[in-house]
Amino acid sequence: MIFAYFAWGPILRAFVMSVQRTNLVDPVEWVGLENFAYVLADPLLGTAVRNTLWFALLALIFGFPVPLFLAVFMAELRGRRWLYTVLAYLPVMVPPVVAILLWKTFYDPSSTGLFNAILGWLGIPPQPWLNSPEMAMPAIVLEATWAGAGSAVIIYLAALTAVRTELYEAAELDGAGIWSRVWHVTLPQMRGVILIMILLLLIGAMQVFTEPYLFTGGGPMNATVSVMLMIYNYAFLFGDYGAATALSVLLAVALGILSGAYQLATRRWSQE
Amino acid sequence: MTVQPTGQPPLAAGGAPVAGRRRTDLDDATERSVLSASDRRKPSIRFTLITVQVLVLIGLLFAGLGPLVWLLKASTSTTQDILTDPFALWPSGVQWENLWFAWTRGRIGLHLGNTVIVVIGTWIASLLVSITAAYVLSVLRPKWGPFLSGAILFTLFIPHVVSLVPLYLTILDMPGLGVSLLNTYWAVWLPAAANAFNVLVIKRFFDSLPRELFEAARIDGAGGVRILVSLVLPLSKPILAVVSLLTIVASWKDFLWPLLVLQRPDMQPISVALPRIVELYELSIGMAALFLALIVPVVLFLIFQRKFLRGVSMSGGVKG
Repeated sequence: MIFAYFAWGPILRAFVMSVQRTNLVDPVEWVGLENFAYVLADPLLGTAVRNTLWFALLALIFGFPVPLFLAVFMAELRGRRWLYTVLAYLPVMVPPVVAILLWKTFYDPSSTGLFNAILGWLGIPPQPWLNSPEMAMPAIVLEATWAGAGSAVIIYLAALTAVRTELYEAAELDGAGIWSRVWHVTLPQMRGVILIMILLLLIGAMQVFTEPYLFTGGGPMNATVSVMLMIYNYAFLFGDYGAATALSVLLAVALGILSGAYQLATRRWSQE
Repeated sequence: MTVQPTGQPPLAAGGAPVAGRRRTDLDDATERSVLSASDRRKPSIRFTLITVQVLVLIGLLFAGLGPLVWLLKASTSTTQDILTDPFALWPSGVQWENLWFAWTRGRIGLHLGNTVIVVIGTWIASLLVSITAAYVLSVLRPKWGPFLSGAILFTLFIPHVVSLVPLYLTILDMPGLGVSLLNTYWAVWLPAAANAFNVLVIKRFFDSLPRELFEAARIDGAGGVRILVSLVLPLSKPILAVVSLLTIVASWKDFLWPLLVLQRPDMQPISVALPRIVELYELSIGMAALFLALIVPVVLFLIFQRKFLRGVSMSGGVKG
């Protein structure tokens, strides 16, 4: 049992140390805030931050309403709900790497690529998808949403079972229609879960790495470089561990501020 | 993760899944939801409901099953067929040998085996650490318990990004030991074992067990280890199942960390090896490799879907 602690101990220490560590070039040297200055002066950082925020915004637009709608709808089903749940959850079981490589094939920019073929049926000319700086990010977000929506559906469904059903009765007696029942009864009771899901979505999106790394490697024209990808490149491409750590600390601080501000901003609303 | 539960029911005592109430599809006819029984009888609402149902089903079939079916098709077609018309059904005949080629030349079998090693090792290490830690904190309660508890909780509030690079350097040269874990499976197993979330979830469950049981066992002369093995563990099967599920799925999907620490190609799990394999061979072989990598988790999911989904929704309650 104590042995287990020795396995756990070094990791914990590494965790704490990581916050203090400043520089790790060959002879370890204290350089103060130089790393931070270096990172902040990197012209790529602005792009990466913009891209990451853009990714998070798109992920929110694509990835938030769909699972919520599906869950509210699926809660109405009698009988075949399991079929819907299994279908919705299936993409979650696809390992991300497989999903990304598969979608990369779908996004084949030639006119016989899978998505372009579908667009062709509708009379829409082939799109460049990942090859164009404008479309690459939405394309990536679309895949990420597909991969992540299923688990959100399951969590919302679980939350829906806790909704107090007497209120529907009351609302119905007051003459509320179906939509207003969803809007005024269902959703307000789920707001705790909804708020947390949005925050988790944002935090996850801010740390996106695998998708841009495998889809585009950050291109075209740096349109999909995320902050995490920059950290990876600093450390494992250029061997500049100090700069990488500095940037990760900055990202972590940003995440902390984000969730703090978010909690503060939504506190009134969630406690009512 | 920096979120604490707000307004969510805490993990129900005894581990009864909060969401388990609607487990069977038959008995929820008695429960009402947004639509009332009288709504359901109205023809206009009935019609709309059925239309939406069909539309959603088509959408889900298209989105959920479509890509997988297409992948099956593509993995047994020639590259030429995939490229000229992605929706043509095997114009040049079914190429089962693609799968065989990917399995032998692409060494999918080896990489799947590596994934299994990674997953099982991570699972054992992570359960071992989190159970013992939770047991010490919750049942044995030494004097330094609160300190340790706080230290573990602290790691939960620090995003994983921060530790990525320092952890890599730790693996490269273990401080005080002078060994490098690079290219050993320990490099994946050990960091994954230090999962604060697991420790806290299990601890919270242990806290809910009646303390009189432990007292009684102690009076009967059982030691700490004995109590853990023959009393606590059998009682905590449900929570252990959920934690195992989450750990196994997460480690099966993990990409970045194994990419960093398992650099020898023949040690890499499937997720790390796939991009290389797909790049190396022609498209149809790549698709066959993807299909082989996909089939195991999907089939496992379809077999255990009911248990699985229950576990996931329960974990949602824990996390939320």
